[in-house]
Amino acid sequence: MPSPAFDEMTLQDGSIRQAYGELADWIAAAPPDLLDYRVREAELLFRRIGITFAVYGDQQAQERLIPFDIIPRILTAAEWKLLSEGLEQRVKALNLYIADVYGKREILKAGIVPHELVFQNAAFRPEMAGKSPPHDLWVHIAGIDIVRVDADTFYVLEDNARTPSGVSYMLENREVMIRLFPELFSRHRVAPVEKYPDELLATLRSLAPRSAPSDPAVVLLTPGVYNSAYYEHSFLADKLGIELVEGRDLFVRDEVVYMRTTEGPKRVDVIYRRVDDEWLDPLVFRPDSALGVPGLMSAYHAGNVTLTNAIGTGVADDKAIYSYMPDIIRFYLGAEPLLKNVPTYRCREPEALAYVLDHIEELVVKEVHGSGGYGMLVGPHATKEQVELFRAKLRASPGGFIAQPTLALSTCPTYVDSGVSPRHVDLRPFVLTGSDGVRIVPGGLTRVAMKEGSLVVNSSQGGGTKDTWVLDG
Amino acid sequence: MLSRTADNLFWLSRYVERAEALARILEATQRLASLPAAYGGKTNEWESAVQTAGVAEAFFDKHEEANHETVVAYLAFDRDNPSSILNCFETARHNARSVRTALTMEMWDAINGAWIELRRTADRKLEGEELTRFLSWVKEISLRFDGSASRTMLRNDIYDFSRLGMLLERADNTARILDVKYHLLLPEEGGVGGGLDYYQWSAILRAVSAMTSYHWVYRESLKPWLIADLLILNDQMPRSLAACYGELVRHLDALARSYGRQGQAQRMARASRVRLENADIREIFQTGLHEFITGFLSDNNRLGLAIHEQYLA
Repeated sequence: MPSPAFDEMTLQDGSIRQAYGELADWIAAAPPDLLDYRVREAELLFRRIGITFAVYGDQQAQERLIPFDIIPRILTAAEWKLLSEGLEQRVKALNLYIADVYGKREILKAGIVPHELVFQNAAFRPEMAGKSPPHDLWVHIAGIDIVRVDADTFYVLEDNARTPSGVSYMLENREVMIRLFPELFSRHRVAPVEKYPDELLATLRSLAPRSAPSDPAVVLLTPGVYNSAYYEHSFLADKLGIELVEGRDLFVRDEVVYMRTTEGPKRVDVIYRRVDDEWLDPLVFRPDSALGVPGLMSAYHAGNVTLTNAIGTGVADDKAIYSYMPDIIRFYLGAEPLLKNVPTYRCREPEALAYVLDHIEELVVKEVHGSGGYGMLVGPHATKEQVELFRAKLRASPGGFIAQPTLALSTCPTYVDSGVSPRHVDLRPFVLTGSDGVRIVPGGLTRVAMKEGSLVVNSSQGGGTKDTWVLDG
Repeated sequence: MLSRTADNLFWLSRYVERAEALARILEATQRLASLPAAYGGKTNEWESAVQTAGVAEAFFDKHEEANHETVVAYLAFDRDNPSSILNCFETARHNARSVRTALTMEMWDAINGAWIELRRTADRKLEGEELTRFLSWVKEISLRFDGSASRTMLRNDIYDFSRLGMLLERADNTARILDVKYHLLLPEEGGVGGGLDYYQWSAILRAVSAMTSYHWVYRESLKPWLIADLLILNDQMPRSLAACYGELVRHLDALARSYGRQGQAQRMARASRVRLENADIREIFQTGLHEFITGFLSDNNRLGLAIHEQYLA
């Protein structure tokens, strides 16, 4: 087992880290009734606003709340500076890499990334080869998952370059916290996250095709009410003041996209799509897709509409490519990565595979294309049967897996049934890239594994969320 | 606005209005059916409730007999009946969820709260007192939704579409009550007005909550042609056909103004409104009450289609 985890509030010797000083005093002084009462109030607020999350495969609870923890997670200005510079660097590299993979392929010629990881990748879109989206930007909205292991070390755990979700929880968590704990905010200078919708809208508008009018029409494309993130789609559309459309609301004529309105067809310039590539256009991708818009790709290739994120960005964010990110950063930016990668064993490489099979009980094994905490083995917490199952899977298709040491993810004080107790957390900040620059709102979504000792923070696996505070100055 | 959004808003308020109408029909029926058999008359009140709700055919596919138990189960809680109160709220909430951003917080609360509450109670058998409480709860939800809409919504096209759905449904319900009960209002049957007729007539008024209004307007004991006058032609009576069409025209005109063009829907609504304005209850009786109502129902239906064609498709 790994050594005891780093707690972001309380050090091993029992002393309180400076950023948490006020909060620790407040927790110690708060009567237990008060916390209980606020927890119930928070649940009521969330229930009423209707923030729910559908869990696939869980018929009973078609809509349920993600547990919200009332104790905030605090980052200092210095920590945030390190993180945001590292995030900006990482997303710049992601954009250059994707442009290269669909363009001149220099990184392949240089032998840094193996060909098959690109061309045999299910997320590689041959349709995009030789094409360039408006402004040659690909990943406009990225969610980069970060974990922490000690006072100074942050790792990137995963890049999400397709349609990352969770930002609505960042915004709603803050809203609820301000309502429930105004006294805490008066004791801290917390950097605001409320401007995220404005920043997102500015980013989306900056990405409009050059031929679009100066006031481009931006819409958010959702798969519909049955999608697990539907709440977030409607929330964002509302905050941005843009239409929330489904595939059937759009149509393409003469390579131009229109939406059906009560006043007739209206031209669309930018589509913030929360629909995966393969469902977007039944004429090009899956012919059985009812979620997409026939002809959308023809409008896209004609340069008449911007899709955010661009088509084919998945080629940069799977777990096999992840292990090459430090080299990718060096290759394009000529600089050392500011944020570290977790050491990763590529099971496609025979030596690595042998090591993983021998040490599987200490490792976390992940499917290269898995997400949401599905298809993953946490060695130290797994049963014998699970371990054997994964050994068999690994032998059958080693290329489908990577493995990483089981990190001692940092913990934060969390309010659970037994009182305030440390629980493991991660962090997903959101990085916006427009034609006019990169924007990162200070904070992000902190996910917390509510079960004692658990390292799985995914909401689909019972994880909760916390408000994330970045202290100003 | 997206056509789909307008469509969802339109049907959202239509379903809330329908749920309320069903609650009123059940209330009035429960009252009539609880009278001593001597007043119960020749008709089966539960059967006429099913007819008024417009679901007689599907009902008798499933049940042999229309009685308290089967009709309450079918109209209030049956999942197979697309227009049961339960399904009305279910559909309304589904629509509300798709257009969350177009609704005010208060409207969403009313619908979402009702849906959560209903999921708790839906599978219980309700009788007597409990049923009465349930039915008034349904009416309260509709009042809350309607009140929230009128107190919190911007007066824009979103508002117009949600009102159109409500008004079209309301006119439809009033006309269907008249359609099922018209024979009670014909002069040869109701000349003197025995106890039986009195209860039947008052049941019609209660089904549209117009009992008190009737006395305020006519200051007379119940007369069948006055009841018909109140429900068809009286502009002051909010559930009358005339009042519904006055409002329908107003909202369709508002849409035409803000979009800068009008169409079939405006012309049809205006024509119906003018017919109602110029009509006289005696003439309606002379040319046939039943024909008049049947004609109205099909015009109302056509207006719904015209609105769909023009804006919602």
